[in-house]
Order: sequence, then structure tokens, then C-alpha cells
Amino acid sequence: MSSPQLQPNGAFVEVEKTRPARWSAFYKKLAKNKAAIAGAIIVFVFIILAIFAPLIAPHDPNLPNIKNKLLTPSSEHWLGTDDLGRDILSRILYGARISLIVGILSTILGAIVGIILGVVSGYYGRWVDSLIMRICDVLLAFPGILLALAIVSVLGSSTTNVIIAVAFFAVPTFARIVRGSTLTVKKLEYIDAIKAMGATDFRIIFKHILPNILSPIIVQATLYIASAIITASALSFLGMGTPPPAPEWGTMLSEGRSYVSYAPHLTLFPGIAILLVVVGFNLFGDGLRDALDPKSNK
Amino acid sequence: MLIYTVRRLLQIIPVMIGVTLAVFLMMHLIPGDPARIMAGEGADPAQVEQMRENLGLNDPLYEQYFRYVGNAIQGDLGTSIRTNRDVVSEIFDQRFGITVQLALIGTALSVLFGLVAGIISATRKYSFIDVSVMVAALFGLSMPNFWLGILLIYFFAVNLGVLPVAGWGTWQHMILPAITLGTGGAAIIARMTRSSMLEVINQDYIRTAYAKGVSDKLVIYKHALRNALIPVVTVVGLQFGGLLGGAIVTETVFAINGLGRLIIDSIRAHDFPMVQGTILVCAVLFVMVNFLVDITYRLINKRVDLN
Repeated sequence: MSSPQLQPNGAFVEVEKTRPARWSAFYKKLAKNKAAIAGAIIVFVFIILAIFAPLIAPHDPNLPNIKNKLLTPSSEHWLGTDDLGRDILSRILYGARISLIVGILSTILGAIVGIILGVVSGYYGRWVDSLIMRICDVLLAFPGILLALAIVSVLGSSTTNVIIAVAFFAVPTFARIVRGSTLTVKKLEYIDAIKAMGATDFRIIFKHILPNILSPIIVQATLYIASAIITASALSFLGMGTPPPAPEWGTMLSEGRSYVSYAPHLTLFPGIAILLVVVGFNLFGDGLRDALDPKSNK
Repeated sequence: MLIYTVRRLLQIIPVMIGVTLAVFLMMHLIPGDPARIMAGEGADPAQVEQMRENLGLNDPLYEQYFRYVGNAIQGDLGTSIRTNRDVVSEIFDQRFGITVQLALIGTALSVLFGLVAGIISATRKYSFIDVSVMVAALFGLSMPNFWLGILLIYFFAVNLGVLPVAGWGTWQHMILPAITLGTGGAAIIARMTRSSMLEVINQDYIRTAYAKGVSDKLVIYKHALRNALIPVVTVVGLQFGGLLGGAIVTETVFAINGLGRLIIDSIRAHDFPMVQGTILVCAVLFVMVNFLVDITYRLINKRVDLN
């Protein structure tokens, strides 16, 4: 890729733009990591399945058919049917939408709030830093799912409230990571130079600090999506998440539990779906961390 | 060490204030009138007003908060709407003990299997065993524990019939819930131990020990492992706190009458005093466990420094 550059003699010359060396090294390292590539493929497949679920799903995921309840896998119903005769494969495909949306949106929401708090805390320091870190300590004082349960018990069960509840726990996690990275970057000499040149705090934070602390944020976000999906499924399993008849994977596990002795497929396949998508995000997240951190052990 | 301990204790105070404030405000953020909800659907306006007066809900918010904290310090967390027993008795009569027992056994299992797996993996780097252990750890970490619990029930209780399906009381009842709870922790500890061991094994003093002719076993278990365990202690401590959260789901799967199941039943029944009380107890326990982990870490680290 090239861009025109003005020469001293007034002429424009096309100059080859090169990607910064560290990103080239990052892409090369990531491409060599087979586990990370496998994780990325798994995640990509699930995203495609979720997007095209209405076209791929062989049956209506919410249409009951009591005559066909608790059927084992067959050519008509590849993964069998549940206690209301609904096709499990179709429900898993549609359920992928809910799990991915909750996982990704809660991570983005938590990350945005966490990044803002972390950067402000790390950049300004003093009482601002103490106040924000104490708030984070309070949020982290609650075991993860307990905090999500408490929030859902106040707000009520719905997909939106599950996203908010799961995002709550992401905030202190991202805030601490971003604060640590901000403290490191803030001490660099070029930041002092930019300040001396009269740059505003807003410009320094958004143009010079944030771009340099993206790496740990991206890694943490990828890994957090995995745990967000599990937490959301757990909430639904406990009856506090996305309400039925929505085909949420945790709800499917909860509904199938009563039939495990004679229809184990009701719990087997939704569980495998959760496992695969979480493995995918964990593998990809581990790969990102190894590619971005030269000191991490393999 | 004493100064560090006192400083850490002082840092807990604002956290505890924040926790009590968060728990107190939680119940006031619930949509609707808490007095009406607690008085019941069929209550007339006079009864609702009486309930509001009894609960002190007409007082300013700050007065209500100070009264709540004052009562909590004296061991009064209110009365359960569902059972009419006081919250503290309901929590500490049996349930708290069961949950702590479950969390401790789960932690013990996760430490035992996690450490052994991590050490084997680190000492046989890139071998078939190493890859197998790390793949197993990845799956252990990624598996939802409630699904694992259902699978264990299916295989060991329903199919083989060697262990009970649900309940708590005998050592047989403890096995499946403890495995369910401890698997995720074992996976994290295995990965952490492997990573930490590999970092330590590459240090110069380990190379010196080998050069002096010290045996492999002695180098690993006397020199490398001791230093490799330092970051693992932090993870183990935090695992116990995480297991408190995991116990909520595990107790539901195995129908164990612990604190976790009490929280779920109370939320479903809109028993707000009980929900407040159980969340507060869990949070306080978590904060104290983290405090102990910090002190233990400092203690171990200081000893290594002195050595």
C-alpha cells in the first residue's frame, strides 16, 4: 500500500507504506499458533451458524409437537427432540445467537466502562485513583455469579438484564488491567514531551495512551467473552436468565435435567455447544496473549 | 509483617462499608414497593403502611443504612419472610457449614489434582503427557460446571449406581459435588503451576544446581517447586472465593441445602431480607479469604526473600 509524499522539489512521489514492525511480528506469531487458529475457526463457525440460523435450522425452534417429544437423534431430528417435541438442533442454532450476543455485548459494555475508569484512575492518580480502585474492590468483593444474581434479582430476568449483570463484573477486571497499563505508559518520556507541548489530557489519553494499551484489553476481552457465556448460561440454568421459551443453552440444560436418566441427549448437546464455543474463545484468547506478550510461557 | 497486616486490615474497612452499602441499596432499587411485596399480595393499605413502619422504610435512607449496619454488627440481619425465622439462624444453623464444607473439599481436590497435573506437565514439557494434561485443563476450564455435574450424575449415579444422585450427609454424597466444583479450579491451578514451574526451571540458579550434580528430583521438588508455588498460592486462595459462587450452581444440581440454594430459593420467593443477608455473608467471607491469601502470600514471599 502506498501513499503520496511531498518532496523538497515540490513533486509528489509514491512511497510504500509499511505496517509497523510489532504488528507484523504479532500476525506472524499468531498465524504460527495452530491452537489459536483452531479457536478462531470454532468461533467463526459459531458466529456464521448464529447469523444464518433462520436459513440453516431445519425446524421452528419454539414450535411444540407433543407427539414427537423426547425422540432420540434420527434423520428427521439430527439431535433429537426435547420434552415438548421441539427440535434440539434448531434450538441450539438459535441459542447460539443469544449466547454470542450476551457474551459479546456484556464484554463490550463492561470493557468500555472499565477502560474509562481504568484510564482516568491511572492517568490522574491521587484521590481519583483511590476512589475508583475502592469501587472496583467492592465490586470484586462479590463472587462473580453472586453479583450477577443480585443484579438480576433487582432488575428482573431478561436478556438485557443478563447483559447488564454480566457486564458489571467485567468493569473492575478491565479497570484494573487498564489502570496498570496506563501507569506504565504514562511514565514514558514522550508523554512528558507531549504534555510540555501543550496537548490536552483528552488528546493524550485518546491519541497516545489508549492505542498503546490495546493489547492487554483485546486479550482480556476475548477471554472474558468465554466466561461471560458460561455465566449467562448459569443464570439461565438457575432460572434467572433469558426466560423461556427462548432457546438459551443454559435453560435447555435446566429443562433437560429431569429427563437425564432416559433422555440424556437433552442435556448432552446443549452442553457440548457451550463447551465448544468457550473452548474456541479460550484458545483464541490464549493465542492472542502469547502473540502479544513475548515473555509468556508456552 | 505486622505493619503490612494492619495496613491490609485498614484497607478492608472501606471495602466492607462499600459492600454493606451495595447490599443495602440493592433492596431499595427493586422495582415496586418493598413493604407491599413483603406484606403480601392480599394485604390492605393499612397493613402495608404498618409493614413500612415496622421496617423503618419511612425514615431517611441514611438512617435506614446506619440502622442496618448497626443491626448487622450485632448479628441481626432481619427476619425471613418465607420461613419467619431470623436470617442469621437460617444461614448459620446448617447451611453455611455445608457450603463451606463443600467449598473446602472442592478446593482440596482442585489443589491436589491441579498441582500434580501442573508439575507433571512442566517436567515433561511438549511430551504427549504435557499436551494431554493441557488439553484436559483447557476442557476443564471451558466446561460449565452445572453440565459436568449432570454428566457425573448420569454416569455414576444413574448408570453405574455407585454414588447417590443428590443430597448431602455421607462421604459418598460429597464426591460428585466436590468433583463438579473442583474441576474448573484444578484446570486453572494446573495451567498456573506449569507456567510458573517453567519460568523457575529456566532460572540461572536451577542451571547451577544441575551443574553441581544435584539430582533431577531434588532440583524440581526442593528448589524449583518451592518458588514456583508462590503465585499458585494466590490462585488457590482466590479459587476458594470463586468456589463460593460455583457452589450456588452445584448445590442446585445436587439438591444440597447449602447457602447457594438458599440464595436461589430466596430470590424466587422475593424474600429480600434473606437475599440481603446471604449475599452479605458470602461477600464478607470472600473479603476475609482474600485478606488471608494476601497475608499468606506475603509470608511465603518474605521467607523466600530472606532465604
